[in-house]
Amino acid sequence: MNHHNNYLAHTVLIFGVLLFLLPIWVMVAGATQDAAAIARGDISLIPNIHGLGIFWHALFFKGVASAGYPVWHMLLVSFTMALGIAVGKIAISLTSAFAVVFFRFPFRRVMFWTIFLTLMLPVEVRIIPSFAVLSSLHLVNTYGGLTLPLIASATATLLFRQVFTAIPDELVEAARLDGAGPLTFLRDMVLPVSRANIAALFVILFVYGWNQYLWPLLVASTPAYSTIVLGIVQMISPDEMTPWNMIMATTTLALMPPIVVVILLQRAFVRGLTDVDK
Amino acid sequence: MERRTIFPGKLLPMLLIAPQLALTFVFFLWPAARAVGEAVTATNAFGTSTIFVGIDNFTALFADSQYWSSVWRTLVFCASVSLIAMVLGMLFANFTDRNLRGKNWYRTFLIWPYAVAPALSAVVWVFMADPQIGVIGRYLGPNWNYGLNGAQAMGLVIAACAWKQVSYNFIFYLAALQAIPRSLVEAATLDGARGLTRFRTIVWPLLWPTTMFLLVVNLVYAAFDTFGAIYALTGGGPAGATETLVVKVYEDGYIGNDIGGSAAQSVALMVLVVALVSLQFRFLNRRVQS
Repeated sequence: MNHHNNYLAHTVLIFGVLLFLLPIWVMVAGATQDAAAIARGDISLIPNIHGLGIFWHALFFKGVASAGYPVWHMLLVSFTMALGIAVGKIAISLTSAFAVVFFRFPFRRVMFWTIFLTLMLPVEVRIIPSFAVLSSLHLVNTYGGLTLPLIASATATLLFRQVFTAIPDELVEAARLDGAGPLTFLRDMVLPVSRANIAALFVILFVYGWNQYLWPLLVASTPAYSTIVLGIVQMISPDEMTPWNMIMATTTLALMPPIVVVILLQRAFVRGLTDVDK
Repeated sequence: MERRTIFPGKLLPMLLIAPQLALTFVFFLWPAARAVGEAVTATNAFGTSTIFVGIDNFTALFADSQYWSSVWRTLVFCASVSLIAMVLGMLFANFTDRNLRGKNWYRTFLIWPYAVAPALSAVVWVFMADPQIGVIGRYLGPNWNYGLNGAQAMGLVIAACAWKQVSYNFIFYLAALQAIPRSLVEAATLDGARGLTRFRTIVWPLLWPTTMFLLVVNLVYAAFDTFGAIYALTGGGPAGATETLVVKVYEDGYIGNDIGGSAAQSVALMVLVVALVSLQFRFLNRRVQS
């Protein structure tokens, strides 16, 4: 009985693994092949060892619309944007949750609920007015424009608030008796306690930032601020004749960083995700 | 829960919360107010004068049959993506949650697609499904051309968006399954409940809260986060066959420059998100109340 069950489990799970891996396999195999062969509909599923150099060449590849900015530059923009969003969001959420939990000050509740409200307004919903606000602040085609609107968000603040609320009163008491000020307490007590949550949030936010499409599409109107996701979608648009092997090699490069981050920090990420989003 | 011990001082906490609050005002409240403002006004073609038009933009929007077909299309799209992604996620989670050789490997190999950008998922699917060059597409016969056939385009967009989302549901279902006490499942097994019966009578009811939560998350994902995938795959076409509500807001407001109409759509979407998020907190409350 049990054995029979295990065969079924392995079959289903291998199906699942292949369902995700096959498209990636096709992508990598496609990248290593001759552009002309692909255009003829002649793709082999066996990667061509001699074509592996394409991944290196792709770094210096410039799409027609990219006005001289190669793929490595787009990767750099994506990296800066993702890092900026992750670090920025963690920093401001950490301090605001700290303020809300460990202090009493006028309008504390009103402020907290104002922040909480932002849960209700994903950027996709208010896309046109947000863009208008951004242009009146002259933030179009800047890193500030790419990151700041995506940094403000309630989820991280809610998570940190919950973590901080669980810190026992006795610890705060002891710190105060020792003469520790709030900032010392934040550095020596609160930060170490929330290290796992910070790691998890970092993964989630890095992936979130790296994978943005709609917002950079509006804000990065010059190729100098084009992210890699934006650049690739542009390469496959009908008015640009880009060789498919180059597109697939670039896509491979674009998929790597967030996948590596997820796999390396898998444990913290899985636990954190189920905490954060609930 | 209120804390008894706190730090004194009022200036420091206000400084600490200030950056978050400033961003909230500038990038959330101001645009939202602007959207409402634009939705109830009209500006002439030269942008020189603005008049108050009340709910005219909304009546025009709700009288527009194209808007309603976009609503309907979005519903079909969201329901399909959520259903496929959730069923597969639950299926894989169920088979991973047992003593199985190599189950940690399976888990890693089922989690990584979380990191894939929806827009890049679309690029990979285009490469496979293209009628001329795709490894799958070219065997699908002469009638396969998602560039011309709206239903095929919709099917492809759904596949690309659901494919990427399975991992998310897998992670949550696996966490929920691991929280079910072993003894409960063992007791049911001793009572003779096996396989599907055991799943239906014991596991499924315990997964219900997770399912409700995931349903909202998946609907929100399908409604808002898939713009990149749809735009990369079909551009909303052919002939508007894959134009969901978010694609329409973008097309009308940014490309078509119909600010009032697009703002009215934004406001309608905000109401929708508020409804969905409130629903989510009804299911998983407890956290917000301080």
